[in-house]
Amino acid sequence: MRWGAGAALMLAAATVGTLVGPAGIGAADVARTLLAHLPLLDAGTPADPLADGIVWDLRLPRVVLAGLVGAMLAAAGGAYQGGFRNPLADPYLLGIAAGAGFGATLALAYGPPDSGASLLLPLAAFAGGSVSVGLAWGLGRSAGPAGGSVALILAGITVASFFTALQALVLQLHSDEIRAVYSWILGQLSGATWRQVAMVLPYVAFSGALLLLHAWRLDVLRLGDEEAAALGVDVGRTRAAVVVAATVGTSAAVAVSGLIGFVGIVVPHAIRLALGASYRTILPLSIVGGAVFLILADVLARSVFAPTELPIGVVTAMFGAPFFALVLRSTARSVQ
Amino acid sequence: MSNASLRQAVAGLALLVSLALVACGGASSSGGTHAAADAPRRIVSLSATATETLYAIGAGPQVRAVDDQSDFPERAPRTKLSALQPNAEAAAAYRPDLVVTTGDDRGFVATLRKLGVPVLVQPAPRTLDEAYAQIARLGAATGHAAAAKRLVASMRTRIEALVERAQPARGLSVYHELTPEAFSATSQTFIGSIYARFGLRNVADAAKAAGSGYPQLSREHILRANPDLIVLADVECCGQSAAKVARRPGWARLSAVRADRIVELDDDVASRWGPRVTELVAAVADVVADLER
Repeated sequence: MRWGAGAALMLAAATVGTLVGPAGIGAADVARTLLAHLPLLDAGTPADPLADGIVWDLRLPRVVLAGLVGAMLAAAGGAYQGGFRNPLADPYLLGIAAGAGFGATLALAYGPPDSGASLLLPLAAFAGGSVSVGLAWGLGRSAGPAGGSVALILAGITVASFFTALQALVLQLHSDEIRAVYSWILGQLSGATWRQVAMVLPYVAFSGALLLLHAWRLDVLRLGDEEAAALGVDVGRTRAAVVVAATVGTSAAVAVSGLIGFVGIVVPHAIRLALGASYRTILPLSIVGGAVFLILADVLARSVFAPTELPIGVVTAMFGAPFFALVLRSTARSVQ
Repeated sequence: MSNASLRQAVAGLALLVSLALVACGGASSSGGTHAAADAPRRIVSLSATATETLYAIGAGPQVRAVDDQSDFPERAPRTKLSALQPNAEAAAAYRPDLVVTTGDDRGFVATLRKLGVPVLVQPAPRTLDEAYAQIARLGAATGHAAAAKRLVASMRTRIEALVERAQPARGLSVYHELTPEAFSATSQTFIGSIYARFGLRNVADAAKAAGSGYPQLSREHILRANPDLIVLADVECCGQSAAKVARRPGWARLSAVRADRIVELDDDVASRWGPRVTELVAAVADVVADLER
């Protein structure tokens, strides 16, 4: 029942995403394009080659990518909130954002001129994100078992600050790349292609599956590290699995879409407020909610000031920030 | 006075006058013009455009240092000075008596003025007329006003001839690409005003309301607008080319791609507003003329 509703919601969002855009293509033309591309059916010809190109090569990959990235960021955010018992956790907790940003800056500054459109940029961002989490993990663990999750978070902050500083240094030396790096940092889905979807899909699928499998352990972890261990859950391995899954998936998402903020915090919290705090509910529904949220945010990003594109990070923050304020206020009220 | 002494006086005067004329002629610098005695002799240029202009009006010998992006003409004394992040101390180290720059970043101009160095700020213009005015101003400031006037006149004539010969048809549209992320320039910008001279409609103008003149366009909009001409100003910075544009998903259907009406501009020529503007206009004129056929 819940899965059915979730799928229906995603489909509705995807439909809105495919129908709405600055090019103003009618629903009939969109339908004709989709039918023409269905693999086995030979269902007629697309209306107008340009409209076909717009819907199939530009809009649809964008909708699918937004769905994948949104789902991944929300699931990773929710899982981190559970794994670290920290309501402020987001998918960039362990320094992924800074590491990926630094990788992207290196690619744009030192790579060949078209690195922005080639594979180098996503690879560099993926590598940067993964390396930075690896460093944070190593640093956090070096504090010993007494450090626990706090040490890991502090290590993440340390590594993030370091990479952010390095990035600023490289930008100072290559200030002609500032615009390209800045646009990347704000997040963009405007250049989405089917190739990017293909790049991201396996990682997101792997991460999503791994996180969903650990949902029940995250529920047990809510009781506290010692209590969870007493109940037979291996706390260290659970946390490690969550970090690996979330890192791989988030790095892949960030590699193609830049640093889109707020999805990872806002969506899991919204689900938690509406439907309760069990991770067996939050994780799957965050996947749905994240996908829907980002698809709709992307529709806004391309339509509000059409034909100008708003960076998607701006749209998610504009919605995320007031929502977050509400979450904070409701938390205060519930504590009282 | 006797006839002999009068003749001597006249001869002496004639000698003096001719000596003076020879002296003036001998002191002329390249191009047959010579700067006034109080013209600046140690110019530092932090603007690639100003550098080109200075050399074109004959002020080259007065230039001591140019910034790291000023690569034309090649004989200009390039240094590590940055135009994007100007450092007043570094510029002052050349003991300039005139600094030309495109903007005032973090009090750079105020600092130099405190050091007693005159600064000429020449930001990117919005129209050709403003660009001509900047050339004239530079000429006046360096003692080459006449040369500047001649340069402007020749640019004006050449550009008018180019526009006339291209005989643009109304209603043709252009997409000017600044970066592969679809940043473009509206007709409120310098490059936009040049397209407007050819009567070309700019697909970025639909985004005029958004402000800066350099909006990031939605790719959907570009495809929908189906521009008749695509101009790439991101060939060197971002490795784009007509072939790459044709391979972008969905772009192969554009009429400009199918008819190969994609112009690859030299990044520098496309982004500067000095004497090489005529090359920019010529490149656009060539393609516009082709559009008619």
